[in-house]
Amino acid sequence: MAQRSKPRRGGASGLRRGEAAAGWLFTAPVIAILGVFLLVPVLMALWVSMSDWAGRGSPLSGSVSFVGAGNYSAVLADGGLATKDFGTALRNNAWYVLLVVPLQTALALFLAVLVNRAMLRGRGFFRTAYYFPSVTSSVAITVLWLFLFSASGAVNDVLFWFGINGPNWFNDPRGILHLLLGVFGVDSGPDALTQSGALGITWWDWFAGPSVAMSAFIFMAVFTTSGTFMLIFLAGLQNIGGDVDEAAMMDGANGWQRFWRITLPQLRPTLFTVLTLGLIGCWQVFDQIYTGTRGAPSKTTLTPAYLSYQTAFQNQEWGQGAAIAFILFVIIVTFTLLQRWVLRDKPVSRRRIRAYEIAGKGKAS
Amino acid sequence: MTRHTTRTSFGTGAVLLASTLILAGCGSGFAGDDGGAPDAEGLTSSDDALTVLIGSSGDAETEAVQAAVDAWSEESGTDVTVQVATNLDQELSQGFAAGAPADLFYLSADQAAGFAANDSLKAYGDQLSNKDDFYPSLVENFTIDDEFVCAPKDFSSLALIINTTMWAEAGLTDADIPTTWDELAAVAKTLTSADHVGLAFGAEYQRVGTFMAQAGGGLVRDGAAIADDPANLEALEYVKTHLADGTFAFAKDVGAGWGGEAFGKGAAAMVIEGNWITGALTNDFSGVEYTVAELPEGPADKGTLQFTNCWGMAADSPNQQAALELVEYLTSADSQLAFSEAFGPMPSIQSAADEWTAANEPLAPFLAGAEYAQFPPNQAGSADVIADFNAQIETLKSGDPASILGSVQTNLEAIVE
Repeated sequence: MAQRSKPRRGGASGLRRGEAAAGWLFTAPVIAILGVFLLVPVLMALWVSMSDWAGRGSPLSGSVSFVGAGNYSAVLADGGLATKDFGTALRNNAWYVLLVVPLQTALALFLAVLVNRAMLRGRGFFRTAYYFPSVTSSVAITVLWLFLFSASGAVNDVLFWFGINGPNWFNDPRGILHLLLGVFGVDSGPDALTQSGALGITWWDWFAGPSVAMSAFIFMAVFTTSGTFMLIFLAGLQNIGGDVDEAAMMDGANGWQRFWRITLPQLRPTLFTVLTLGLIGCWQVFDQIYTGTRGAPSKTTLTPAYLSYQTAFQNQEWGQGAAIAFILFVIIVTFTLLQRWVLRDKPVSRRRIRAYEIAGKGKAS
Repeated sequence: MTRHTTRTSFGTGAVLLASTLILAGCGSGFAGDDGGAPDAEGLTSSDDALTVLIGSSGDAETEAVQAAVDAWSEESGTDVTVQVATNLDQELSQGFAAGAPADLFYLSADQAAGFAANDSLKAYGDQLSNKDDFYPSLVENFTIDDEFVCAPKDFSSLALIINTTMWAEAGLTDADIPTTWDELAAVAKTLTSADHVGLAFGAEYQRVGTFMAQAGGGLVRDGAAIADDPANLEALEYVKTHLADGTFAFAKDVGAGWGGEAFGKGAAAMVIEGNWITGALTNDFSGVEYTVAELPEGPADKGTLQFTNCWGMAADSPNQQAALELVEYLTSADSQLAFSEAFGPMPSIQSAADEWTAANEPLAPFLAGAEYAQFPPNQAGSADVIADFNAQIETLKSGDPASILGSVQTNLEAIVE
């Protein structure tokens, strides 16, 4: 035992002399490129978020000074316009994430299962058709959407056939939950919700739901990204061998049971990928807003990513813009970790084990 | 294992350090860049060529600016390049941050204060030979901390645009052109039909603000925020009343992106718009007959809003002397009248007024507005406050004018000191 643990020449990693140096040599270009174009800019942005840099000359020059958490508190705590705008943006984006991520994942999985069927005619056609929106540039799709959802657009024409007088989609700032409550005659919230709030927004406004305009963006996100995720699910599905499924079939499991108990658990790694990519993409939504509405109507399509750009470039508040970007970064990391924790491999619960044992005994007797 | 981690961290550290040094080096290189030495008036001068960055409305504007610049270049012997920005605000910010801005550029009034605050701009207004020729309100528009920062390039104001066909169909004559709020409400009611509203305008301070001016209000007066002034409340109440009775409407509510589109499509019989509407109507809705009138008087006085850009000059420019001469050339009567003919704005200098009016008789009401026009606040951060105000104006129909104005007052007080 003592002999085996004695370190050999070249280190515990088992490398021979010179291999480590060669390894560094080969990875150096990538490390340098990532360092200069990713790590250093990120560190500089972090510095800007804690400085009073006003956008002229280098942020590292002597005239720029450290202001600590000043920019962060302007965005998170001061209660002024900056805080209110950030609160509004966060509210909008939270609703967007809450609706887009589950919807697009469910739809992508549904489509993948459909086009994965061996007996489906024209599978190639359907796979291409569903994937097509994902290939088109987001700018082009946004412009298309602005046309489709304009007051006299195709969507409202279709709604009109069903006797529905469609909303003026991209110009309607009303939250859909508020609209729903309005149907039941609730037009203003109780004092408990309207008198207090967070980030300059009352709780009543936090729970307004996505605005009608944001809903149009939500449809768009689901429409465009489901295709991409369908492809990922499809790859996952095709990696699953048929034997377990067949065994389940022999045991008398129906299609629904096989999907929930056999297929879906085996898709867990794919599901993790899709949810992670979806979460990150949704929290970073920018180009649709930039090309589409720029936050209008009434700031209900404002998102933190767009607000960060606007604060820095339009309002010359570079520190606050960078601070928003870092807060967004923290949000994304938190959500990813949370999601990893939820989807972790759980040991089979005692209750379930007992259920199997009883079933096994029952069969044996 | 320990050796491995040590090496990893050492390697990463070395790369980081090296790249930080490279970047820091670049940074100081940018910041320390200076060309010519300043002369007695504080302007740099050198033989460097000039760069002019413009945010163009289209080919007509680009060609007109290019032609004027070429003519000056020929005369002065200084080379000039005209660059058309796709996103002016962003490209300006990038230029200043990199220490390599264009020498001259279009600069909007609401951006000027922000750039002046970080010393990106050269305040050259007082050195202009034609300084006294500019309209006083335009000079005031670009005066920041008692310094006349930059020369107003041209300007536009708002007026009442009337569809003459609908006007005649409703049995109205020239004598009915409204001069008071009551008359405006009356003709708007007469003109409203199932197909169109009487009066439409954008859901923004930049249009609704005319009513505030007519009522004797505004946003900032003598350096103090006055958003919660009772006059403003009266104005918003007036607008709200008529939005509610359906004789006024916001452009978006009649399915148009802006007033000009609502007017061109025939969704509104009258709109409050600026002189850029003439170009839009000629290009997109050439069949629409219209006339232009001054906006009616409110309870207090006549009122309209003016919008202007100036020729900003970079503090980092190595050849400010030449840039100043170019600005004087570009703001001369000849150049401005040529610009006006090419793409529509009004000259910013009083000496060109008569000639402009003679050439644009039907549009005279726009120029008349220069006498009594207010301008949007130009303090640093005001763009944000106005954006928030606009967001609230969109809900004016169901909102509470007093609380809207109250929040604007709070936001304004934070930036006006």
